[in-house]
Amino acid sequence: MASTPKVEVRSLSKVFEGGDHDVTALSDVDMTLGDNEFVSLIGTSGCGKSTLLSIVAGLQEPSEGEVVLDGEEVVGPGRDRGLVFQSYTLFPWQTARANVEFALRGEKLSKGERTKLAREHLALVGLEQFEDSYPHQLSGGMKQRVAIARALSYRPQVLLMDEPFGALDALTRGMMQELLTRVWEEHKITVLFVTHDVEEAVFVSDRVVVMTNRPGKIKEEIPIDLPRPRAHEMLSSPEFGELYGRVLESIRSEAMAADTVPAGASR
Amino acid sequence: MERGPATAAPRSPAPRKRRRKRHEMLRIGGGISTPWFIGIAVAVFALLLGVWWLITATEMVEPLFLPSPSEVFESLRHQIQNGQLWDDARVSVYRVLIGFALATVMAIPIGVLIGTYRVWEAAVEPLVDFIRYMPVVAFVPLTILWSGTGDTQKFLIIWIGTFFQQVLLIMDNVKRVPMDYVNLGYTLGLKDRSILARIIIPSSAPGIWDSMRISLGWAWTWLVLAELVAATSGLGYRINTAQRYFETDLIIGYILVLGCLGLIFDQVMKFLSRRMFKYEEAR
Ligand SMILES: Nc1ncnc2c1ncn2[C@@H]1O[C@H](COP(=O)(O)OP(=O)(O)OP(=O)(O)O)[C@@H](O)[C@H]1O
Ligand SMILES: [Mg+2]
Repeated sequence: MASTPKVEVRSLSKVFEGGDHDVTALSDVDMTLGDNEFVSLIGTSGCGKSTLLSIVAGLQEPSEGEVVLDGEEVVGPGRDRGLVFQSYTLFPWQTARANVEFALRGEKLSKGERTKLAREHLALVGLEQFEDSYPHQLSGGMKQRVAIARALSYRPQVLLMDEPFGALDALTRGMMQELLTRVWEEHKITVLFVTHDVEEAVFVSDRVVVMTNRPGKIKEEIPIDLPRPRAHEMLSSPEFGELYGRVLESIRSEAMAADTVPAGASR
Repeated sequence: MERGPATAAPRSPAPRKRRRKRHEMLRIGGGISTPWFIGIAVAVFALLLGVWWLITATEMVEPLFLPSPSEVFESLRHQIQNGQLWDDARVSVYRVLIGFALATVMAIPIGVLIGTYRVWEAAVEPLVDFIRYMPVVAFVPLTILWSGTGDTQKFLIIWIGTFFQQVLLIMDNVKRVPMDYVNLGYTLGLKDRSILARIIIPSSAPGIWDSMRISLGWAWTWLVLAELVAATSGLGYRINTAQRYFETDLIIGYILVLGCLGLIFDQVMKFLSRRMFKYEEAR
């Protein structure tokens, strides 16, 4: 693991003040992301994963604690962190390419250079054929691929992903996971990846961070020392099975306590 | 096709229990081809015309109350020939367009603002909501007092009748812009103004356009009302004078003209919407 952390989350708490009662979403969360590390955050529904991610993105303020990026406290959103949302966030009035180009407006680039960069990143996610398609002409998986291309295109140092494949079917999901690991292996970027799917978490990550039920705390961190590049054949290897079992065990006890069962627990 | 074994004795065909497939058009959410759509629409118009004709041909109703279609068209033809219909329609269209444009130009920025910032919503929304519930009709005497019975008063009535409604409709459209679009803008480092111009406005534009289309219909209603009460020209004015001379055929003819004008405006707005927001179609 890298020596100096890229991102540090320090004793972070978040309380939502409601009318009659407050909701503590996060309580005293500590975690780090190494430089170019791929970390998955897994936890039961409502444990505060999205909240944590949006605080790291700078979209929400913590009630206590801080997020530090490269030694500096995060005070708001910025282009050094890219966010892939769980919901589809491609603009319906723009083509796939225009959507990527939109993210490049902030750079000092000519129109031609923007187009070229957008094309390159669409090719990276295998969608060069669809640059002129509008979002309504793309499948859910394709939309998320464009969203990933958009988030990578402007070279943020940290990529934050909030269950980007949550709405996809198992088969598409598997393909997207492989695509994502391949892109990450080529690109080298620090990734914080939220999921509630155990298999997905183990397959894509260097490390899996398990959260407790709400109020979310870090329960356990499990290093995933599987070789790279990862391929789907690995899913049946005993090493994978062992790690899968460990993560599942950890999240399962939380899920039992919360009376919900996370995806993947049924296998 | 029957595909029994070739050697078997010819069997009597199995009882055809196959459920008859319902036509595509008759299913919930089913599609319809353009010729069918137009055909059905025209047929309904023709049917109503037929009923009208039948009622008058059998002299069930006194012609003073309901003249026959031919009398109505005859009086319209007369109005076209002497140029009066054209003059009346031109004046009314002019009033509607100006009044509506004034309302829209003011409603869009205000609606967008109060849909975006809660502070502005707090300042404006309750007031607009309050005024919205005041009957427009009640403003007619007041506007005459303020500005006489000319065009200005017509603009005012149209403005009062549409502006406040538009503001609320636009606010709703803007509020429906997904928060994640806005958050995306922030993560891309955009400032509030760019988010407004590049995300919120384009995202709500189709809905805003649709609200405009609906409020244009109301603008027509308020104009005719204002012209009926006090005017010296316009379609509503003509209807009012026709009533004085018991020219029922002219009244009905002009009502039909108003219907046609409304339909034309609506179709033009729809057509433009399809042109501007092509990407909306598949939704
Ligand atoms: N803006 C808000 N106001 C009040 N409560 C909120 C707000 N946002 C989140 N919460 C609450 O905080 C808790 C954590 O929410 P969060 O969306 O972070 O969960 P999550 O782990 O992402 O869940 P899921 O897996 O279902 O997406 C939930 O109980 C939620 O109801
Ligand atoms: Mg979430």
